[in-house]
Amino acid sequence: MKKKLSYMDSVHRDGRIWNLSMMVLLLLFPVAVGLLYGAGPDWRGFAMGLVATAPMYWAVAVVETFTYVPMLGAGGSYLSFVTGNISNLKLPVALNALEQAEVKVNSEEGEIVSTVAIAVSSIVTTLIIILGVVLITPLTPILDSPALAPAFAQILPALFGGLGVVFISKNWKISVAPVLLMLVLFIFVPALNASTVGIMVPVGVLFTLGVSRLMYKKNLL
Amino acid sequence: MTFQVNSPVLFVLAGLIIAAVLAQSVYFLVKAWRRGLAIGMDREKLKRIAITSAVFTVAPAVAIVISVITLSKDLGVPLPWLRLSVVGSMSYETIAATNAESAMGLTFGQVSSLTASQYVTIVSVMTLSIMVGIWLVPVVGKKLQSGLITLENRDKKWSEIFSASMFIGMISAFVGYVFCDFSVVFAGDLSGLIPPLVMAVSALIMCLAGLAVKTFQKSWISDYALPVSLIAGMAAAIPITAWLS
Repeated sequence: MKKKLSYMDSVHRDGRIWNLSMMVLLLLFPVAVGLLYGAGPDWRGFAMGLVATAPMYWAVAVVETFTYVPMLGAGGSYLSFVTGNISNLKLPVALNALEQAEVKVNSEEGEIVSTVAIAVSSIVTTLIIILGVVLITPLTPILDSPALAPAFAQILPALFGGLGVVFISKNWKISVAPVLLMLVLFIFVPALNASTVGIMVPVGVLFTLGVSRLMYKKNLL
Repeated sequence: MTFQVNSPVLFVLAGLIIAAVLAQSVYFLVKAWRRGLAIGMDREKLKRIAITSAVFTVAPAVAIVISVITLSKDLGVPLPWLRLSVVGSMSYETIAATNAESAMGLTFGQVSSLTASQYVTIVSVMTLSIMVGIWLVPVVGKKLQSGLITLENRDKKWSEIFSASMFIGMISAFVGYVFCDFSVVFAGDLSGLIPPLVMAVSALIMCLAGLAVKTFQKSWISDYALPVSLIAGMAAAIPITAWLS
């Protein structure tokens, strides 16, 4: 008799099917363009471009997977790693929803809340981008205007100000050391900037886990 | 067929893939929603989560549209539309496109037209460079989740601290990032204060919302506190930048 899958098992099964199918679809895009126009890649440029780009991206992706999956839940992870914009959108939206629902991500309710939040966010993002593409001609002068540029340039500080105050105030004991470490590193190490913040997320996570474990063992939490 | 970066056929190809991504999101939404109701979650609670998530998404999504506009100057509209709807982000795609273009002797931001071969090269580099997350989650996702459940069963308190520590670790990295240009202040350039001040405005609005929830006993305020603090911070960035630049 066929064994009935649990909800979580079915999420993993469906997630695997969807993500691997999406991977094939994405790989087909350059193939289709090449076939339609009878053009192959410039192999030298391809090799040089890939060597300059891929090693860093692959390393970051491996670290991001191990860092973000425990925070996003199963369904949320499968969706987020397909739809992208994880740290600047999907993770904050999931965190906010979990906080709002007062549930933990590793509970079944938390899994559902995180998936609903990320799915809705992905749908809204996709629809807004479609609208933006359809209206690109009239929208470009507005969205590209120098008057609005500072607002969009500061989206991450505006996002993490609100999110940070909620989580740091609730977990202030475990927040002090990592926040201080990151402040010192980002202020005094010039190489740390917008393009390297993704690499610093796992550093922050590992450091916080280490400090928390130490405090927990010493009964300070 | 003559190649053109904004050719209708490229819009169709990109559109088909984006439709599949949209279908995946709808599928997971319906699946989670049904399961939520089946285990007794309140329909209104799920609705509130969906609405708050949608409202919260608007401003960052508009920022993504701006990224599409920026990248479209070199790559046409279909490719940035695809890349920023699926997998990518502005910083990833800009770096990948810049590397692929410079490998072919082109300069990002100064490309007036691309041949089909150059386009295929750029798309291939962008696609292969960012594919790891899509296949790695199916490979390790279940094991990671099982590990967390085992951890919870073994020591519930430590499991809760573990989750909170992961969130705090991520947030601390971004709080640090907000101060990455702060050192210019030591040289008298006050523009380094802009991101910390924007963050402070957003944090202040969040605190005021928390106070309002307690004072007026209206829990719905907390649902919209984060989107409002985000918009307030972004709006404050305009006068703050004009003042300190």
